[in-house]
Amino acid sequence: MALLRLRESQITKIHYLTGILSLFAVAIHIIFRLIMPFGQSLSYENVVANYHNIFYVILLESILVLISIHGFNGLRIILIELRQLHRWESTITILVLISMVGVIAYGTRTIVIASGL
Amino acid sequence: MSNEDNKKVILKVYRTNYNKDDSPHYDKFEVPVKRWTTVLDALLHVKSYSDSSVGIRYSCRMASCGSCGMKINGRPSLACYTKISELKDDVVVCEPLPNFPRIRDLVSDFSQFFSHHKNMKPFIQNDKVSLDIDDKHDLVEFEQTHEDVDRYLQFSYCIRCGLCYSACPTVATDPKFPGPQALSQAYRYEADSRDDSKKTRFNIIDERHGIWRCHFAGSCSVVCPKGVDPALGIQLLKGHMLGLSKNNKKLSNLRTKNKE
Amino acid sequence: MGTVSNNKENNNINSGREGVRGWLNPTRYGWERVSYWLQRLTGLFLLVYFVGHVYETSSITNGIDAWNSMLELTQTIGGHIFLILVIGTSTFHTVNGIRLIFTESGKGLGKPGRPDYPYNPSSLNYIQKSGIWVALLLACIAMLYGGMVLFGEGG
Repeated sequence: MALLRLRESQITKIHYLTGILSLFAVAIHIIFRLIMPFGQSLSYENVVANYHNIFYVILLESILVLISIHGFNGLRIILIELRQLHRWESTITILVLISMVGVIAYGTRTIVIASGL
Repeated sequence: MSNEDNKKVILKVYRTNYNKDDSPHYDKFEVPVKRWTTVLDALLHVKSYSDSSVGIRYSCRMASCGSCGMKINGRPSLACYTKISELKDDVVVCEPLPNFPRIRDLVSDFSQFFSHHKNMKPFIQNDKVSLDIDDKHDLVEFEQTHEDVDRYLQFSYCIRCGLCYSACPTVATDPKFPGPQALSQAYRYEADSRDDSKKTRFNIIDERHGIWRCHFAGSCSVVCPKGVDPALGIQLLKGHMLGLSKNNKKLSNLRTKNKE
Repeated sequence: MGTVSNNKENNNINSGREGVRGWLNPTRYGWERVSYWLQRLTGLFLLVYFVGHVYETSSITNGIDAWNSMLELTQTIGGHIFLILVIGTSTFHTVNGIRLIFTESGKGLGKPGRPDYPYNPSSLNYIQKSGIWVALLLACIAMLYGGMVLFGEGG
C-alpha cells in the first residue's frame, strides 16, 4: 500500500497542511453557529436547512476528512512512540487507518442522509 | 570561622549493583560544603571518607569530558558543573541519568546512546576528496569563512554527556529515536560547508523513529551544559527537510597543498 | 553515615527509561515542555470529542425526536462545561500548533552562533515563550466567551 510507504517527512507535511486547512474550515463551521442565537442555530429545521446548502455540505465533508487525517495521525504518532515492536507498529498503523476511514464513512453517511431529508 | 564554612548537606545517593541483583536503595551521607563545592567534590569526599564503594564515572572535573552526568535533585546535570550552593537545598539527591540502562550506582551504560551518534555518520563526507591518501602531497584543504564556521561551531561543542538524551520526553519511551544529541550532530554536518552527504543523512533520519519524533519540548536545550542548543539544530534541520527554510550552504572550495 | 533507607523499586528500573511518566510530567524543564504536554493532551481530548461529535450529530438522520433528545443531553450544565473545555482546548491546540509549525520549519528560533556562558539557548527565546502564553491566554478568552454564549442563553 502506497499510503503505508509514505516517508515520515511527507506524513508530517500532510499533518501540518490538514491542521492549517481544518482551522479555516472549523472557523466557518463555528461562525454558522454564531450568526444567530446558539440554541436556535441548533434547531432541527435549521440544521437540516444547513445540510441542504451544497457549500455547507462540502465544508462539513472537508472538516470530516481533514480532522480525521490530522487527529488519527496524531494518535498514531503518540502510540508508536510508546512501544516499538514491529508487530505493534504495523497493527497501530492499520488500526488507525481503519478508524480514520470508518469515521469518515460514518460522517459521510450522516451528511448524505441529512442532505436528502 | 563563619557559619558558611561549617555548612553541611545531606547527600542522598542512589545505590545498586545490577550484576549482583542488588535491590536499589538510597544511602545518605553528611558532607561538609563550601560555597564552591560541586556535587562531584561532595561525591569524591564520600568516596574518600565514608564509603569508597560508591560508583561514579568522572574524569576532567571541568565540564569538558562529559563523564559525570547524573540526575541531581530531579534534573540531569554534570556533577562537576553543579555547585551545591546553587541548588539551595540541604538535601542533594544523586541518581543515575534517566533513559540510560543502569550498571551500578550512578554509572549508566552509554552504548545505545553512542550507537545513535555513530549512526549519523558524524564525520565529514565529501565526494571530491578521497579518504585513501598515501602521499602527503595529495592532502587538500577546504576553504571556509568565519560565517561558514559559525553555522555549525555551536553544535560541534557537544561533549556527548547524554544530559539532553536523558531529558527528552520522546527518548523516555522510544529507544529507537536517535535523540537530541545524535540529531543535532546530523545538523552539525549538514550545516558544514565541507560536507556534501546531505541525502545520506536525510535518508537515515527521515524514518518512522527518526527526526519527526521530536516535538520541540526543548528540554534538551534546557539541560545542555555547553550551550549546544540541540533543539535549535533539530528544528533547523526539519525546516531544511521540509523545504520550508533554506540552508544557504555553499560547498567549500578545495585548496590543494603546494608541493614543497 | 552508611545506609539509612532501603526503598525498593520497580524491577524494570535498570532499563533506566522514564517511560510514560517521563512525558506525563511537565514540571521540570520550563514552558516548552508544558506546551509539549498540553499539545498532546488537548490533541487526544479533541480527537475523542471529534469522534463523539460525529456520532452525536448522526442522530439527525433518525428524525426530529432523536435530534431533540440528543440536544437535551448536551444542553445541561455538564454538557456546557464540556463544550467550554472543547473551546479552550481547541483554541490552545490551534494557536500553539501554528507556533509549532513555524518553529519546526526553523522560524523564530534565532541563528546558530558562538555560545557564551551562561549558555542561554536561543531556541527557547521569548518569541517561543510568548507564543505559548498567547495560546494559553486566547484559550482562556475563548472559554470565557463560550461560557457567556452557552450560559448567557440560560442553557
